[in-house]
Amino acid sequence: MHISLAITGAGGAGVITAGQLLLDLLAAHGLYGLMRRSYGPQIRGGEAASLLRVADQPVYCLDDRFQLMIALDWKNVDRFVDEIPLGAGSLLLHEESAGPVPPEIQREGVRALPVPMKALAAQEKGGRMNSVALGLAARLLNLQPEQAAALLDKRLHRKGEEAVRVAQANFEAGYHWEGLPEPVFSATPASTPPDWTLTGNEGCGLGALRAGVRFVAAYPITPASDMLEWLSPRIEQLNGALIQAEDELASINMAIGAAWGGVPAMTATSGPGLSLMLEGIGLAVASETPVVVVDVMRGGPSTGIPTKSEQADLDQALHGLHGDAPHLVLGPLDVPDCVLTTQWAVHLAEQLQAPAIVLSDQAMGQSRMLARKPAEIQFIGQRKRAESPGTDYQRYAITADGVSPMAIPGTPEGMYTADGLEHEPGGKPSSAALDHVMQLDKRARKLEQHDFGDLWAEMAGEGELAVLTWGSSTGAVREACERFCRQGGRVRMIALRLLLPAQTDKLAQALAGVDHLLVVEQSHSRQFDRYLRAWHALPVQPRVLARPGPVPFTPGEILTELESMS
Amino acid sequence: MSEHSQPKAAVKPAFYKSGIKPVWCPGCGHFAVLSALTKALAWLELPREQTALLSGIGCSSRIPAYTDLYGFHGIHGRALALGTGLKAARPELTVLVAGGDGDGLSIGGNHFIHACRRNMDLTYILMDNQVYGMTKGQASPTTDPNWDHSKLTPHGTHMQPFQPAALALAAGASFIARGFSGDPAGMTRLLVEAIQHPGFSVVQVLSPCPTFRPEQKGWKHSIHAWDWEATDDAVEAARRIHADDGMHTGIIFRAERPVWQPVRCQQTTVEAIEQEFVP
Repeated sequence: MHISLAITGAGGAGVITAGQLLLDLLAAHGLYGLMRRSYGPQIRGGEAASLLRVADQPVYCLDDRFQLMIALDWKNVDRFVDEIPLGAGSLLLHEESAGPVPPEIQREGVRALPVPMKALAAQEKGGRMNSVALGLAARLLNLQPEQAAALLDKRLHRKGEEAVRVAQANFEAGYHWEGLPEPVFSATPASTPPDWTLTGNEGCGLGALRAGVRFVAAYPITPASDMLEWLSPRIEQLNGALIQAEDELASINMAIGAAWGGVPAMTATSGPGLSLMLEGIGLAVASETPVVVVDVMRGGPSTGIPTKSEQADLDQALHGLHGDAPHLVLGPLDVPDCVLTTQWAVHLAEQLQAPAIVLSDQAMGQSRMLARKPAEIQFIGQRKRAESPGTDYQRYAITADGVSPMAIPGTPEGMYTADGLEHEPGGKPSSAALDHVMQLDKRARKLEQHDFGDLWAEMAGEGELAVLTWGSSTGAVREACERFCRQGGRVRMIALRLLLPAQTDKLAQALAGVDHLLVVEQSHSRQFDRYLRAWHALPVQPRVLARPGPVPFTPGEILTELESMS
Repeated sequence: MSEHSQPKAAVKPAFYKSGIKPVWCPGCGHFAVLSALTKALAWLELPREQTALLSGIGCSSRIPAYTDLYGFHGIHGRALALGTGLKAARPELTVLVAGGDGDGLSIGGNHFIHACRRNMDLTYILMDNQVYGMTKGQASPTTDPNWDHSKLTPHGTHMQPFQPAALALAAGASFIARGFSGDPAGMTRLLVEAIQHPGFSVVQVLSPCPTFRPEQKGWKHSIHAWDWEATDDAVEAARRIHADDGMHTGIIFRAERPVWQPVRCQQTTVEAIEQEFVP
């Protein structure tokens, strides 16, 4: 049982706040929910939308249709009309004074209902329409007003008693507005209710802290800044440090400097920032310094669409480094998975003394989800240190597994010079062919020979039909496969969490017997499809469902593909 | 200060040398910088394993491997960023950063001004020979605009050179000095003072390049020591720097300024932080 609703309005009108309060209210009722933020690049005066889905079980993607939309105004609504598909039976509440429903919103069968939200808000001095909208939504979703009153008190407490009273009164005015139709949703609490609320960006931050990251270098960039802002006060409380760098060139090198000093380190950015960091990531490869870079992807190239999602940094994460530069590339599969994947990335980077790029995106990073608490992972990957190096210590010693014990500054007798220049085992620069091939071999070997266990992919289902995907597209794919199976279909879903080093044998095994294959990715140039062809042996020519951001995949359109392929 | 010129008997400068033969040309000023640095470390009796020397790319940036410290030879222009991250993560280490005029003021110019502004407790040794040596003789940000010996800019650069001391002062460095590789004793003194200074210390070392700037051999005749004490007055320091021909050596500016260090606050645990995710 689930329902989707959107609250839209001009930037600064408070629709994101209303959405977050609604999500809190759902949690108080034992319900699950997902809220995606859609907004323009302006701070004020642009456009914003809270896109919510409510259910009695965890939901990882938006639905095919929105049953309810509450529009505080029509300002720039055309900019995200494609992201809010309404359909027959959808209910559209819109501010009465804002004028008639624009033609691009109106669809066949949509029930439009003008509501005097502005007038209802104005019943209180300093009243705000977003609280009225929250009341309208709560009534239509059959939520209890007492819970809302308590929640508003909790969330607005710091703004003072009067602000709380006004918001509560606005909420009541919306909730009890006499023009409302019957509720459109009636959910019973989930038997196992959500016990966590988090965004993907918070999840990546927490995963890093769980894994022991105690240094973060930060340069602001949408949509990664809120991860860095989340980390800043918290890492200080864990005896760590965060520095705001002067640019991304500095942030990656600061992180490398800290990690080289023995402290697990990370930075987070988005596509343009990752481009600036690539040379530094190459230094981490050559100097064998563990470092983690989280890229919260947005529309590209160049400044692109900074506030909206796309999965199109895959190419640069995989192939952007110069030289032969083995490194790790991972992608979390959903909001709670950001915790696990980032935690795993840090452990792998530390254990393999290599840089790891974690590809999240705006859709995951800035979506808030009501979820179950992500489990602690069982493995711990730690850096192999040279505790008592001795006089013959060789930092880049050729070892069977390719990992060489690392002397951390402060370790007596371990002094050496880390180098981005090719070097012999002791670290001394060398341009000799043999040294080059020996070091290239060892750096490749430590990644190729590592046993990555079962976390490399999420797999479900069986059958000769399979879907391959990655990252935030997983949510819609997962749900499409579930629907397909409920209809009696058989399908295997494989979502790759580890992209590099490519788990070629494991994927071949997972695809054994498949005769129809669908690839789903949010990129115009089919970057994931090309990755699969380059690194893997696919049993059949895949059908590719690829499109650029920002419109997310819905389960319904993937289901349609599956139906047409079976 | 004269006692600084001679290391104490307990620790010899050679203790800090790795024994790797430098790639530098005969007559290169950088040999004397290496020598002065090891003398300064010996005078300070710094434990080798507690001292890190980080650099970027260029002739001068090869210096870490010639010391027996924890060294990091990074990428072009980013040495100060490496050092900043290291110092923030390991505040108890003595962190030294070295590089040349191209590395520090051109490709790394942004990091230089922000390192001055951040004022972390780092020592930056800017080995200035007014030329890109490693790439065989191109003009750098400190090269005279009329120097026309580069194939890349055969008519000169037609750009005013940076005055590193002026740049450092404007950007907020709290210790600014200029040394000359032909005066190793004076340079050792400057480095000792710079390392001891709490905050970001910049030591510009005029270090001739005999290969691409042979005329710099004449620097030994035009160098002169400041005949005044270091000032903590930025206006006075600016006046001295701008009135100078760029060949005076000594400490130009030294002031107490807030030093950037990680915030230390009430500590907690990851488990406690996770409580905030409970709705």
